[in-house]
Amino acid sequence: MNIVEMKNICKQFPGVQANDHIYLDIREGEIHALLGENGAGKSTLMNVLYGLYGPEKGEICFKGKKVDISCPNDAIKLGIGMVHQHFMLVPPFTVTENIVLGTEPSRGPLLDYKQAVSAVKKASHKYGLNVDPDALIRDISVGMQQRVEILKVLFRGAELLILDEPTAVLTPQEIEDLYRIMKNLRDNGHTIVIITHKLKEVKHISDRVTVLRNGKNIGTVQTGETDEKTLAKMMVGRDVVLRVEKPPCTKGNEVLKVTNLHAGNYRRLPALKGCSLDVCEGEIVGVAGVEGNGQTELIQVLTGLQSWSEGEIRFKGKKLEHTATPQKMLKSGLGHIPEDRQKRGLVLDFSVKENMIMGFEDSKELTKSIFIDYEKVNDFSRLLVKEFDIRTPSIETKAGKLSGGNQQKVIVARELARNPRLLIAAQPTRGLDVGAIEFVHNQLIYQRGIGRAILLVSYELEEIMALSDRIVVLYDGQIIQSFENEKVSMEELGFWMGGGSRKAI
Amino acid sequence: MERREPTTKIYEKLHEIVKVLLDPVIAAIFALFIGAVIITVLGDSVVVAYSALWKGAFGSTRSMGQTFMSATPLIFTGLAFSVAFRCGLFNIGSEGQLYMGAIIGAWAGYAFTGLPSLAHVSLVLILGGTAGAAWGFLPGFLKAKLGVHEVINTIMMTYIAINLTNWLVSSDGPMRHGSTLQATPFVADTARLKVLIPSTRLTTGIIIAFFVAFCIWVLLWKTKLGYKVRAVGLNNMAAECGGIDSNRYIIYAMMISGALAGLGGAVETIGVHGRFYSGFSPGYGFEGIAVAMLGANHPAGILLSALLFGALKSGAMTMQIVAGTNSELVKILQAIIIFFIAGKWSIITHLESRQKKKDGLKSNIRGDETWKQSTQ
Repeated sequence: MNIVEMKNICKQFPGVQANDHIYLDIREGEIHALLGENGAGKSTLMNVLYGLYGPEKGEICFKGKKVDISCPNDAIKLGIGMVHQHFMLVPPFTVTENIVLGTEPSRGPLLDYKQAVSAVKKASHKYGLNVDPDALIRDISVGMQQRVEILKVLFRGAELLILDEPTAVLTPQEIEDLYRIMKNLRDNGHTIVIITHKLKEVKHISDRVTVLRNGKNIGTVQTGETDEKTLAKMMVGRDVVLRVEKPPCTKGNEVLKVTNLHAGNYRRLPALKGCSLDVCEGEIVGVAGVEGNGQTELIQVLTGLQSWSEGEIRFKGKKLEHTATPQKMLKSGLGHIPEDRQKRGLVLDFSVKENMIMGFEDSKELTKSIFIDYEKVNDFSRLLVKEFDIRTPSIETKAGKLSGGNQQKVIVARELARNPRLLIAAQPTRGLDVGAIEFVHNQLIYQRGIGRAILLVSYELEEIMALSDRIVVLYDGQIIQSFENEKVSMEELGFWMGGGSRKAI
Repeated sequence: MERREPTTKIYEKLHEIVKVLLDPVIAAIFALFIGAVIITVLGDSVVVAYSALWKGAFGSTRSMGQTFMSATPLIFTGLAFSVAFRCGLFNIGSEGQLYMGAIIGAWAGYAFTGLPSLAHVSLVLILGGTAGAAWGFLPGFLKAKLGVHEVINTIMMTYIAINLTNWLVSSDGPMRHGSTLQATPFVADTARLKVLIPSTRLTTGIIIAFFVAFCIWVLLWKTKLGYKVRAVGLNNMAAECGGIDSNRYIIYAMMISGALAGLGGAVETIGVHGRFYSGFSPGYGFEGIAVAMLGANHPAGILLSALLFGALKSGAMTMQIVAGTNSELVKILQAIIIFFIAGKWSIITHLESRQKKKDGLKSNIRGDETWKQSTQ
C-alpha cells in the first residue's frame, strides 16, 4: 500500500522549475531512495512533503487520503518526520533537551527533566539508537548527533522518515551503523525516504529508487534490477564515466615536505599536533579523515592564511618562513581550491571575469600601469571559460548566479592558470553533480599526468580512493598512517580514520 | 554556453543602471508627497510652495548656481563615505576630515603669497586632501592592526578635529584673525576659486567635484587598487585567499575616504568662504552619508543625489520668502529621504522576504548551495 502519493507536484522558484509535474509514490515499509544531481529537485520535493514549501500545483495523499500539508506541524501530525542535512540541534543543550524540545514533559510550570530522560532512554532502547541522554550536543560525535536527530523525529511519532543526505558527514563505520538502523526501522514497520546523490549508497540500502533530473521524475526502479551505470545515466542524461581512468604514477621531485607541524585552530586550541607528510611532482596525495581532525588548519598553514607554532615546511626545497602570506604562496607556485567556494573561493558579487583574475590583478600581462587592462582580462576569461566549458551567460555575469558546479569550474580554471607546482584541492567536488565531479576528477588526473603535485583533502573516501596515488590518514592533528592506494581497502581506511591504534608516523 | 541576445544584454545593463538611479528619484517623490501633506496641514498652498521651491532650485541661472554650489561639498563627503563603504568600512567621521582639510587648506591659502593661481589652488587642495587623509589614516590603521571598529574611532576623531580647529581660531589660538568671527585670515586672492556664474557664489569647485567623482569611478572600477578595495569590501575572506592583504587596503580606503572629505573642506573654504571659520559646516560630513546611501554608493548616483539635496537647500530660501512656507520644511524633506533610504532597505528586503516566504524559500533554492556550516 502506498503510504504517500505525490501527484503532479509543481514547484517554481524565480527562474527555475524545481519540481515539474512530479509523480511519486512511496510504499509502506520500504526504503526509498530519491536520487539526483544537485539542483534536480529532490530536496525541494521532500520539503513540499514536509510542509516547508507550498506547491503551485499538485496534491498529496497520505495513506490513501488527500491531505493538505501547509507547515511542518501538519506533516508531523500525520507522522512524517524529516532529518535535515544540516542538523538542527542546540549545541549547549543535552541530548534529552534537544529531543524533547517543543514537546517537553512538565510538572506544572517546570520541565520534568527526569521524566524526559526516561522517555528518551525508552525510545533509544526501542529503536536501537544508542545515545547518551545527558551528554551535551557539542561534545558528542557527529554519528551520535545524527542519531539524536533521528530520535527527535521518532519521538514525535514519525512513521515516515525523510533523511536528507544523511551520510555526508559520517565515517565509514558510522555509515554502516546508520544503514543498520535504517534497516531496523524498516523491519519494524517504518518507511524511509533517503535523499542522496551517491550511487553506491542507493545500491546498498534502498529497495526502490526514483531518479530526478531537472525537476522531472525520470523513473522509479527496483534497486535490485538496476546498476550504477544505468542510474548515473538516468541522473545525468548521458553516459557517465564513474571511475576515471588513471595512468600509472610517474613521480618526480619532492615539492612539499611537512615535518612535525603544530598549529592551533581559531579557538587557539591545538589542531595540528605533529603532522608530517610530503608530496612529489606527478602524484596525488590524498588526505583521508573525518572533518574536524585538522584538515582546515593544515590547509590554512600551507596556503599562508595562518601561522604555525612548531615544525618545518619545505616548499620546492626552501624552508617556509612564518611570515608567509597567501600572496607569497600564490606567487611562489601554489594553487588552492578552497573547501568553501562561496566563502573563500569567490566574490559572489563580482562578475565571472573579475573572479577569474583574482590573484592575477598585479600581473604585467593583465595590467597597464595602475590600470587593469580589461580587454586582456576579457580575452583571458573567455579563453578559460571556453577551455573549461564553464556554463555562464557571459563573463559579466555575477558569480553568485552560477550553479555550484560552474562556480567550482571558475575556481579550478583560475588556480590552474597560475600554473602551480603544487595544487591543494580541498573538497573539490563538494556539492557538485555527477557531471561536474567527472570534470574535476578528470582535470586532477590530467594535471597529475603533466607533472603537478596535488594534495587532495576530501571527506569523501571514495574520491580519495579514486584519485590518490598515496593516501595518508589525518586523525586528531597527526598523520597516523600512510598507504599506497592499491594496497589498502576502504574498511582499513575507515578503521584508521576513526583513530586506529593512534600511532603517528 | 547559454548565449543571450545582444539586445538582452543591453537591456540587462540598462535595468541595472535604472535600478541604481531609481532610488534618488523615488525617494524625492516620496518625500515631496509627504511634504505636500505637511504644507497643507500648515495651511499653505502646496502649489505655491513647491513652485517656489522649484524656482529657487532651478528657476533661474542664479538658482541653478545656488543648487550646484550647495551640492558641491556633498559630492565630496558622499564620495568619501562611499569609498570606505566599498571596502566594507563605515567612515562616519567625514565631518572631522572635512574640518581638517578646511583649516589646512585655509592655512595654505593665507600662509603663502606670490604664487601663480593654478599652483596656489593646487597646493591648497593637495594639502587639504592630505590633512583629510591623515585624519582617515588613524582609524584605518587601528581597524587593520587592532580590529578597533572605525565607527567609534571616526566619531571620536571628528570631535577632536572640531575642537582642535575651534581652538586654533579661538581668541588665544594661533590662527585667529580679526575680532568678530572666530576665523583664520582670508586666503590670498590667488588661492580663491574662480566664480563660474557672475553674481552667484558658484565656483569652479563644482567642476573639481565632478572631476573627482569621475576619478573615483575610474579608481574603483578600472584600477588594481580599486579592484582590491572592492574585493575586500565584498568578501574579505575570499580576497585574503586570493592573495590580497586586506589590512593594507582597509588603510588605503580610509585614507582615500578621508582625503575626499578633506578636499571637500578645502574646496568649500577657498570656493565659498575665503577663510576657515569655526562651525562653517552645517554637517556636510553627516549629510554626505545620506547622499552616498541614496546614491547607491556609486559616483553617478552620488552626483545625482547631491544635486537633489543641493536643490532642496537652494529652494528652501525662495520657498520661505515667496510662499511663506517655513524653510525648515526642507529639513523635514531631507529627513524623510533619509528615512526612506533606511526604510527602503527594509521595505524592499521585507517585500523580497515575503515573496520568498510565498515561494517557501527558507534556505537557498539550489541544493548544492546548502553548505554545511563550519564546525564550530
